[in-house]
This record gives sequence, C-alpha cells and structure tokens, in this order.
Amino acid sequence: MKAEKSILPGAGSLIGKKSGAAAERAAQIVFTACASFAILAVASITLYLVLSGTPAIFQVGLKEILFSTVWAPTAAQPRYGILYVILTSVVGTGLAILLGVPVGILTAVFLAEVADERVAAVVKPAVELLAGIPSVIYGLLGIYLLNPAMYRLERWLFRDSATHQFTGGANLLSAVIVLAIMILPTVINISETAIRAVPPSIKAASLALGGSRIQTIFKSILPAAKSGIVTAVVLGVGRAIGEAMAITLVSGSSVNAPLPFRSVRFLTTAIVSEMGYSSGTHRQMLFTIGLVLFVFIMVINLILTRVLKKGGQTP
Amino acid sequence: MEKSKLLVKDLNLYYGANRALKDVEMEIRDKAVTALIGPSGCGKSTFLKCINRMNDLVENVRIRGQVLLDGENIYDRRVDTTLLRKKVGMVFQQPNPFPMSIYDNVAYGPRLHGVKAKQELDSIVEEALKGAAIFEEVKDRLKKPALGLSGGQQQRLCIARALAVRPEVLLMDEPTSALDPISTSKVEELMEALKKSYTVVVVTHNMQQAARVSDDTAFFLLGAVVEFGPTAALFSRPRDKRTEDYITGRFG
Repeated sequence: MKAEKSILPGAGSLIGKKSGAAAERAAQIVFTACASFAILAVASITLYLVLSGTPAIFQVGLKEILFSTVWAPTAAQPRYGILYVILTSVVGTGLAILLGVPVGILTAVFLAEVADERVAAVVKPAVELLAGIPSVIYGLLGIYLLNPAMYRLERWLFRDSATHQFTGGANLLSAVIVLAIMILPTVINISETAIRAVPPSIKAASLALGGSRIQTIFKSILPAAKSGIVTAVVLGVGRAIGEAMAITLVSGSSVNAPLPFRSVRFLTTAIVSEMGYSSGTHRQMLFTIGLVLFVFIMVINLILTRVLKKGGQTP
Repeated sequence: MEKSKLLVKDLNLYYGANRALKDVEMEIRDKAVTALIGPSGCGKSTFLKCINRMNDLVENVRIRGQVLLDGENIYDRRVDTTLLRKKVGMVFQQPNPFPMSIYDNVAYGPRLHGVKAKQELDSIVEEALKGAAIFEEVKDRLKKPALGLSGGQQQRLCIARALAVRPEVLLMDEPTSALDPISTSKVEELMEALKKSYTVVVVTHNMQQAARVSDDTAFFLLGAVVEFGPTAALFSRPRDKRTEDYITGRFG
C-alpha cells in the first residue's frame, strides 16, 4: 500500500504537471486528421466517379461501350464504343513499360553498382531533373523532335502504300516513346533505392563464391532487390497509364486500332480533348471513360503487386 | 611435416597512408587448421581477406608482397580473381545466406561456374550440405527460404554454400562470433572434419577456440605477426612476452 501511495499526486518524484499530455493528445488528433484527408479523398473520388460514370452505362449499355469500336459521339446516330480507346491505353502503356522498365532498371544498376562517383554525379541530377519537367513540356518536345522524325520514317516505310493514312508522325509509336521516357525517373529512382538497400554482405557472398561483377548483379543483387523493383514498375505503370497531357500532343488523337503508325486516342486523351465541347450523353460518356480508367489502374495495381511479388518469393 | 598450401612473403597492406599489415610472413600448411588471433583492429581479418583478394573491393587499398597458392602468386596481374575465389572459399562473420531457398543458396556457386544439369546440381548440393553437417536438418525443406533457418543453421548453410564450389582453401572470418554456444560447438566440430579435405584458415576472438581447433596459430598485433607456430607450442610456451600477455588475458 505504501508503494502505491508514492505515485499519488504530491507524494513522489514521478508526479509532474502532465503538461506534455495535452500536447501529445493534440498531436495525435492532428496526425489522425491529416491521415483521414487521404482516405476522404480516395473515398470521395471513388464515389463521385461511380455516380457520374454510371448513367451513361445505363443509357448506352455496357456491351456497346466496351466492345464496340465505333466512336461517333456527335453523329446524328451517336455511337459510344471505346474498345479501340481501351486497347490503345493497354497496348500503348504495355509497350512503354516494355521499353522503359529495362532501360530504367539498367540505369539504376549503373548508378548504384557500376558508375564511378564522378559519372554518377552527372547522371543522377539529370534523372532527377527529368522527374521535375512538366509533362506538357515532354509533349512540346515530342512535337518538335519526335513527330518530324516519325513522319520521315513513316513516309519511307509506306512509300509504296496506297492505303496508308499518313499521320504526320503523330502516332502510337511517338506516344509510346514519350511515355517510356516519362516513366524513367520513377523507375530509376525507386529501383536505385532498392538496389542500394541490398546488404553489402549479399554482394560479398556472391563475389567470394567466384561470381563476376555482372553475375553478382544479376543473380544476387537484383533478386534481393526484387520487391522494391516491383514497386518501381507498379508506379511506372501508374504514371504511364494516367498520363494525358504529353501524349495528347504527340499521338494524333483520333480513334483507331492501336497500330504503331496510326493516330490513336488513349483513355486519358479522350477525356482531355473532348471535355471542352461535349454535352448530354457524350459528356456523361467521358465520365464513364474516367471510371473505366480508374477501374483499370486499380486492377492493374492489384494484379501487378500480387503476381510480381509472388514471383519474387522462392517456392 | 605436411607440405605448405599458402606461402605469404613480405606482405604489406595500406589503407591510404595507413599501413595495416606490416611485412607479414607465413607458411600455411595443407589440410590443417590455421588460427589467426589478436585484439580487434590488429589486421587479422584484413590478412584473411588478402588470401582471396576480397580487399580488392575496398577503395584506396594498396598491397605489396606475395601470397603464393601452390606456388602461384595470387597477386600476379594475370590472375583471374573469380578463379582464385573458386579455389579459396570464404565464410563470413555474420551468416549471410541469399534471400532464396536453401537449395538455391548452395547451388548458387556451381551455377555461376556453369553447372546446369539438375542431377549434377542435386548431388553437389547434397554432398555440400552433408559436408557442412546440416543435411539431416534441412533435407525435407530444401525449397524453403534459407532465412527461415536459425543463426547456427544459416552459418552451416553458408559453409555448405562455400563447399559447393569445391574449394581447396576455406577462409573463416570469426565464423562463430554471432552464434550461441551449441551452434559454436557444431561449427568447431565441423572444422575438425573439414581439415581432412581442406586447408582451413580461421580468424577468431576466442582463445579457447583457437587452442581447441587449430594446428597452427598466428598472433597478430598492430598489423604485424608477433608469433607464429604450432598451436600447442604457442599456447604452452609462448616465446614472446606480448603473446603470453594476450593469451593469458592480460590485454586485448
């Protein structure tokens, strides 16, 4: 009983004014409130997109929207098929990933393992700068540099074709190249961090077994960094699939099947380029496209994280 | 007296301007255990890493002198370090298995050196695990992650991993300092068995361990070898006062 007495107010050295307690509680409330904003934002975006994106589905029909290839929202008999638009986003993003991810991972390996300090000191800021450039600038450069080059290639490739519709270089391939460059900083930075986080003892073990530098990188360091590299790829995919501004400028923006030398329209560019003049069902349809894009990103993130991470574990 | 496996001549190592090894001379016998003892920072681990040239990875290191492996100078400019390290395996202070399955850890080295056939790999893995006295414990879970093993098992797995490339020399850098007493005694027993087939060089902080497992002992102090000779003689009749002080625990 005596021991208990000493922790009662005024009785022992542990008794303070508890002035810190109020501050602790206030801080906790502030942190919780900040965290709640993120949840609130995600929840309201989801809710709003579902509410605004579903009316057109009931009017036009899900089957027509997802499986018809005819997009003629302003015709006398309007058609709202976005199959080509969906396929363009899938193919365009997929190709950009195929191009950008290997380059990005190898650059990360170069920065973390191969380059000497002076070279890394030049490359690293360049990569960081790349991340800070606004996407519309990528688009402008695409128009200025990429499209003319593409046009030349196109004229040469299709010089004998009677049926090819010339795009002036504004085509799927241009968009893919711009997207691939745009995801580089994300892939490089996150992969590099993951590679640097691999314990030096792993590298030492591989070298001590007689592994060469390259064998060590590909057989022990990269597998050990796999989880972080998967995150890099997932974020890169997210960036590529959600990008609108730059590819609006370089892709020609007409609805076509996603072939390399055709002008194409992505889910994102469809919304951007038509929102200004749309009305009625057409306008609602654009919100539906937004919903499709949203579902898309969610599903892809889930699948990529699941599948790639599973592949990373040893059976 | 057995023939020597490694002959170290006038070896000096500098970290920048700091001379970390001073005129080291040593003759390491084949199929024997040589222990390197001495206080922290005395250069014994640095010396160990000279034998498989792991010091090459450290920046600003300069090495003068010769280390002859079966008569060949490993610091010759034409030496391929990957071939050297295939002959001279290493076990580290902290168990460092790869984040892969037990099987893949052991098969890592052979795969690096071009062994692809499943059957051959299987037999190498089994032989290496048996050689490291861990086969019975893991034979039913070869496909499970190596990081799920206990620390002592991980260390024996690392020994198995080193044995799988069929080295001639095995370097061990304080292999039991991160292990509990039971695992330590297992690894010590293992060293006894290993010296039948390999030349073992072990760095240890544990004087009793050196006395128990080694045939020869080298005592390092401030980068130089103070005394080197048969373990029994060094521990019972040290010639140098500093050796006596160290092994009787008066400093270090």
